[in-house]
Amino acid sequence: MSSIIFDHQAVEDAIVQMADAIQGEQIHLIGIQRGGAKVANALQQRLEARGAQVCRGNLDISFYRDDLDTIAPNPEVKPSQLPHDFSGQTIWLIDDVLYTGRTIRAALGEIFDYGRPAAVKLAVLVNRGGHQLPIAPDLVGLNYDAAPGCSIKLVTQGPWYIEQREPAGTKEQP
Amino acid sequence: MKAIKHLFGIAGLSREQIEYLVNMGESFIEVNRRAIKKAPTLRGKTIINLFFENSTRTRTSFELAGKRLSADVINISASTSATTKGETLLDTGQTLAAMQPHVLVIRHSLAGTCEFLAEHLPNTALVNAGDGAHEHPTQILTDLLTLKQAWGSPEGKIITIVGDIAHSRVARSHLLAAQKLGYTMRVVAPKTLLPAQIERYGCKVYHDFDAALPGSDAVYMLRIQSERLTDSCAFPSIREYHEAYGLNAKRLRAAGPDCIVMHPGPMNRGMEIATDVADSVKSHILNQVEHGVAVRMAVLTALCGGMQEEKSTDSGLPLSDDKAQGSLI
Repeated sequence: MSSIIFDHQAVEDAIVQMADAIQGEQIHLIGIQRGGAKVANALQQRLEARGAQVCRGNLDISFYRDDLDTIAPNPEVKPSQLPHDFSGQTIWLIDDVLYTGRTIRAALGEIFDYGRPAAVKLAVLVNRGGHQLPIAPDLVGLNYDAAPGCSIKLVTQGPWYIEQREPAGTKEQP
Repeated sequence: MKAIKHLFGIAGLSREQIEYLVNMGESFIEVNRRAIKKAPTLRGKTIINLFFENSTRTRTSFELAGKRLSADVINISASTSATTKGETLLDTGQTLAAMQPHVLVIRHSLAGTCEFLAEHLPNTALVNAGDGAHEHPTQILTDLLTLKQAWGSPEGKIITIVGDIAHSRVARSHLLAAQKLGYTMRVVAPKTLLPAQIERYGCKVYHDFDAALPGSDAVYMLRIQSERLTDSCAFPSIREYHEAYGLNAKRLRAAGPDCIVMHPGPMNRGMEIATDVADSVKSHILNQVEHGVAVRMAVLTALCGGMQEEKSTDSGLPLSDDKAQGSLI
């Protein structure tokens, strides 16, 4: 069963707030495929409207996951595209939902295979708690305390919203 | 999709599995073009390349594929293996398997070597890197990636394959892939280099190269395997073979302006392919080599990956909501 936890307006306000909090003239945004890349696109639009110069990149962390033994790679891997000149720059790593922190750990590994940024900052649209690694976001759009095991998903077909899905098999018995 | 445990040949793969491997290979192209060509995907995995037949590109390609994914890769060639001291194939296989590698990549002159070893080595994933005149699945996956990059999809296209079809595992694997993916194969060879009843694979057979050219979307040249043609009367001379079955610029023009040229390598310039054709802009031969590494990275990753049966890993949920609800009622 799924329920909407943040409607379109809440998501849009959060993205505006996040864009306002990202300072600077030249901004490096790296989105994590696929939800993070969409959030990064939305941020890019806002930032460019403000007059900032935005360098975009995307990461697919499929080949950097730590769970190959339990799952086969997702068949829909998208290539990573990173601007090669971010060494010495501050980059913003963008994801849609921060949960365990494992995706971010993998993304950091991949970023450093490309170059050596001066700093990496993490911006997430939703921070849902349940972190398993010492990874904390620098910028959060929305906070939500989700029960372990349930799935928080950014839905981008039509107007964006965020929904919560209960794990299968744990529904209330009548 | 059913998980891929071993890769024996195209015959054992479904269309979905073939497309899965090709798509994953496509995303590895980018890793191979980075300044730092290394991803940690197969860290802690051990891969043994066991080659009983000579090979430069396939072995190098598998070795790079493993190393760029951070696996530990060991190469063993027949000349350095204990088989030269009288050890049997099975003993060699069991000995290596006892050292607990995750994947054993095998090239052998006998068809079915991988299937045979798989029966005796329950804990090792096996990859066929060419077995006699039987199959060479990673070469075909490589070609399919090259075709995907060139055309988007091979479906409905016509590929004309020319040369020593009788000894070619590449030709055989392509004929199997064509049936699964919906492209057409035209097979061109003198009768002496064609196996009996090849039309049972659903291909069209030509003895006249020029008749097969019009309408071809790709011309796929095969090497004349002189090492397998010793004391053979397959054709009178290299010059005569080149005249009748060699790809030259004139023939390529006859095939049409968009026809591309492929070759699994190694090439014999002046024999099956003229130098100006091999080096022309229509030649995708070096793309094939590049894509070979990427596709082998995908194969190794798929074989080392966990069991993914009939579900998506994307949402983190084992079943879609519809299915979950259905199971409650």
